[in-house]
Amino acid sequence: MNITEKIFRTHLRDEPFPGTKVLSLDLVLCHEITTPMAIADLMERGKDRVFNKKKIKAVIDHVTPAKDSKTALQGKILREWALRHKIKDFFDIGANGVCHALFPEKGFIRPGYTVIMGDSHTCTHGAFGAFAAGVGTTDLEVGILKGVCAFRQPGSIKITVTGRLQKGVYAKDVILEIIRQLTVNGATDHVIEFHGNVVAAMDMEERMTLCNMAVEAGATSGICMPDEVTVEYLWPFIKGEYANSRKKALADFSRWHSDPDAVYKKELKLDAGRLEPVATFGYKPDQVKKLKEMKNIKIDQVYIGSCTNGRISDLREAAKLAKGRPLAKGVRGILSPATPEVYRMALKEGLIQIFMDAGYCITNPTCGACLGMSNGVLAEGEVCASTTNRNFNGRMGKGGMVHLMSPAAAVASGIAGRLTDPREITRKK
Amino acid sequence: MARSFNGQVLFLDRSDINTDEIIPAKYLTEIEKEALKSHLLEDLKLEGFDCNDEQLKKARVVVSRKNFGCGSSREHAPWALEVNGIHVVIAENFARIFRQNMFNGGMLAIELEQEKLDSVFALRKYGVVNCTVDLPNKTILFSAENGESLSVKFSLMEFDETLVQAGGWLEFADRNY
Ligand code: SF4
Repeated sequence: MNITEKIFRTHLRDEPFPGTKVLSLDLVLCHEITTPMAIADLMERGKDRVFNKKKIKAVIDHVTPAKDSKTALQGKILREWALRHKIKDFFDIGANGVCHALFPEKGFIRPGYTVIMGDSHTCTHGAFGAFAAGVGTTDLEVGILKGVCAFRQPGSIKITVTGRLQKGVYAKDVILEIIRQLTVNGATDHVIEFHGNVVAAMDMEERMTLCNMAVEAGATSGICMPDEVTVEYLWPFIKGEYANSRKKALADFSRWHSDPDAVYKKELKLDAGRLEPVATFGYKPDQVKKLKEMKNIKIDQVYIGSCTNGRISDLREAAKLAKGRPLAKGVRGILSPATPEVYRMALKEGLIQIFMDAGYCITNPTCGACLGMSNGVLAEGEVCASTTNRNFNGRMGKGGMVHLMSPAAAVASGIAGRLTDPREITRKK
Repeated sequence: MARSFNGQVLFLDRSDINTDEIIPAKYLTEIEKEALKSHLLEDLKLEGFDCNDEQLKKARVVVSRKNFGCGSSREHAPWALEVNGIHVVIAENFARIFRQNMFNGGMLAIELEQEKLDSVFALRKYGVVNCTVDLPNKTILFSAENGESLSVKFSLMEFDETLVQAGGWLEFADRNY
């Protein structure tokens, strides 16, 4: 059995029809864009209840602080609902951050869990060895009310990344290359399982970057094997549970691992050593090219943030390049640390200072410009070097063009004023 | 909840039409489905398609290509179709979340093989195409203005069909779990 099959088996609540599995849920995550309609519908039906207030976590993150009365109302609906149902883990302004960065940081996501959220990048949480899937508002609503969700049993695609990443090549480049190979619907109704020494050597933040973009290949989720790295990341939250024994935790986590004879619909091997820094060039995330082949593309804005690459390790890598190298004239830089904790660490480590000196505007933790709703929307015809995950036409503003890349590449592009391979900047010194 | 699955076809001859194109993110601040009505497909760039065209207002069925509804999980996409009286999308295949959202709302997301879909698209040359979905018999009848017609078979997962009959996932789940 593979890891997804194991999670499905242990969470199977019902199989109402052949091929349909109704799973019991460990976590239902909520944000202010897709949840209010579910709340309103439940109220209208006279079913304003929650299946388990401890298993529901909520955050206002997409547009925060509210930018107008409509977004203020969305926040208000979520806030009052959380209060009404005594949902303890509700994160409001001052404590809020991008959902897929915040919830893992709080230690909520555990191996073997089933997790849903009304957000397509919920697949991020697969980094912990959980089955985590984005759903629509109706699935979310049923999740809130009943603690279940129905899925077709997904197939699994095994991707093995071996070798060694070159300097300037990051998890973001790996996942972009994988999406290029799979195409935007190559993994529909499948879970992408990440294996190989490169993945094993990645920290949790890099694994989250990998899993975050699985949905861009159409996947139901991405997933990694929970190991020592997972134990270490979760340690502050789990040490009591495992009587202070990392060994016990590891043994417990390991039971989820895919068996050696597990069956896959498809297998893909990737030699990390051959990868170079890349970026997307069109309106689809599978349109990926080497950055050195796109040198002549001028940019207007750099955006560093989001659930893909707004974590502390991303900021550290980006700051290495930004240090002492200001943005090119005419280029705007926006940095949105993904969570308050990331912001705090970045302040303490002097990273914020570095970015400010380089000319960046620092925003509060929020999704903001990533989905073109606030904090850095593009004008028609403008081009952005972005660390986010989606380059659809209009995503960051109508008529704008988004090139997806790693934080280092985004900073490098900001320094040069055009799309740039990060190695080009470091070579110069 | 009785829904109509019949009526005039709107052809969107492109793959990978995403939910941002179906309903742009800036309308995600709406909390009433009706408010989405006039913004359906507003940002879709497709040759021969104009979101202000009468064709869109008359459409009751959408026929498209591969990976329809990819991207954001927003159920606002099916809702924007729903409030415009479009309760059926026919495509070669769908993004998982969009497909589930359609069935969860008691609507139809029907997959047809490429050859069948090609024949459906070919009917366009005979003028306006209407379609009738016979759910119990899993047959769709397409008929063009000039009398030309085409009947195709489709299949549905039992679960998805049950959701359509039940009026949606909430109704089904509430009864069963
Ligand atoms: S950062 Fe962007 S992709 Fe991530 S949850 Fe927010 S809007 Fe979605």
